[in-house]
Amino acid sequence: MRRWLLPMALIALLLGLWQIACSTGAIADALSLEDYLVPSPTEIATALWENRGLLAENAWVTLREILFGIAAALVVGVGFAVFMHRWQVLRDAAYPLVVASQTIPIVVISPILVVWFGYGLTAKIVIVALICFFPITVNTLDGLRSVDPESVKMMRSLGASPWQRFWRAEAPAALPSLFTGVKIAVVVAPIGAVFAEWSGSSSGLGHLIQSDTAYYLVARQFATVVVLSALALILIGLVALAERRVVTWR
Amino acid sequence: MRQDTRVKLEIAGVGHSYGDLRTLSSLTLAGEAHEVIGLVGPSGCGKSTLLELICGLQEPTEGTIAIDGGSAAEARLDRCALMPQRDLLLPWYPAIDNAALALRNQGMKRAEARAEAAALFDRFGLGGFEAARPAELSGGMRQRVAFLRTLIAGKPVLALDEPFASLDAITRAEMQEWLAAALRADPRTTVLVTHDVEEALYLCDRVAVMSARPGQIVAELSAPHPRAEDRDGAVTDPEFVSAREKALRVLREGLR
Repeated sequence: MRRWLLPMALIALLLGLWQIACSTGAIADALSLEDYLVPSPTEIATALWENRGLLAENAWVTLREILFGIAAALVVGVGFAVFMHRWQVLRDAAYPLVVASQTIPIVVISPILVVWFGYGLTAKIVIVALICFFPITVNTLDGLRSVDPESVKMMRSLGASPWQRFWRAEAPAALPSLFTGVKIAVVVAPIGAVFAEWSGSSSGLGHLIQSDTAYYLVARQFATVVVLSALALILIGLVALAERRVVTWR
Repeated sequence: MRQDTRVKLEIAGVGHSYGDLRTLSSLTLAGEAHEVIGLVGPSGCGKSTLLELICGLQEPTEGTIAIDGGSAAEARLDRCALMPQRDLLLPWYPAIDNAALALRNQGMKRAEARAEAAALFDRFGLGGFEAARPAELSGGMRQRVAFLRTLIAGKPVLALDEPFASLDAITRAEMQEWLAAALRADPRTTVLVTHDVEEALYLCDRVAVMSARPGQIVAELSAPHPRAEDRDGAVTDPEFVSAREKALRVLREGLR
């Protein structure tokens, strides 16, 4: 109860302050802006409701990019982590590259990827997958390496082949770390999707925010941000739920 | 795949090093078929290393270790099962699947492997806990599952590395009686590493005392009442007490 009540109370308080600051014009005055550029929570809520069809339509576009992107990152990232775990040479060679790949700002390369893969879904999937690849790969690899070496000896002594050791001891041991990676991926995936849409698209929540800028539809932009956050929160919730279902021994 | 368990163990002139660290030196020890040999010695004298060598998880730097004549690491891996110090039960599997691990590794279907393991659960005092996760079991039960997992592999030689070190004194005594009964019912050529001289003398036919690193055998004592049904009677018997004193004396001398 306390876990929910306190954050809810804080959110209510902040929204209340925001509402008062808007209705008195305090923020707009302080920033020397027109009132309509600083929408109040109630105005944002109204925008959310009035544009529900449009928002849902675009949310679906962005959600698809996120889900396909995470799925691609999962396949490639987990596969790569398994190979790096099995072959020391590959790990020594590729691990620095995996880390280096994370230092490339996605904002910088997403326009290039849009040039390469076009304005369609493919470029978005690639960009989201790129941003999700690192947390998934690194966490999965860490999980695989966390296996107790004594367990490995025990499995060998009980006649386990390398793949039996992998499926019965290493893979399950790595699952909690994999879920940690996916949770991080789910948080960063919407960022990747928005950047991807800004680099060139005709729909999606990122596209909507961008095109609304031209018309100063600030209330709807805020509403879009709310939807985007809600999307990420729902995805985190689903991953946590899946983790509880799968990792039952913790 | 149950193998014939009446096999001999021959360790001849074995030496072992980890890089510059010499762990074992010209160690010779032989075990008759179904004999239980205890290994006691100071911490870090190479007892666990010797078990890994026996099990074929490592190769000795010098000398040979042969089980039933076969001295290649693969042959030993195939004929010896290791029970490590910690139970190392896999937390994602219920007790029954942990016990049946070796059978599954041999390619047996899950249902079949479970049925074979389940048949032994009652005898091991684990009846009713087949579906329990390791976290739900007591320390003693976890060790019993771990022992069952080792035994069920069907290998003729067992290498037990301080199996009861993590248990409290009362559970430990109970587990010793239980292991004695288990080995009476299903005898195997066994090497038992322990810190506890009394445990070694009660459970084993013969106790080999190791020196400090690099470990070698400095004395071999035969136990007066190996795996007697009445443990309390056996360990308070004067002959047992004097054997224990002797073993402790040798151990202390080995430390100097």
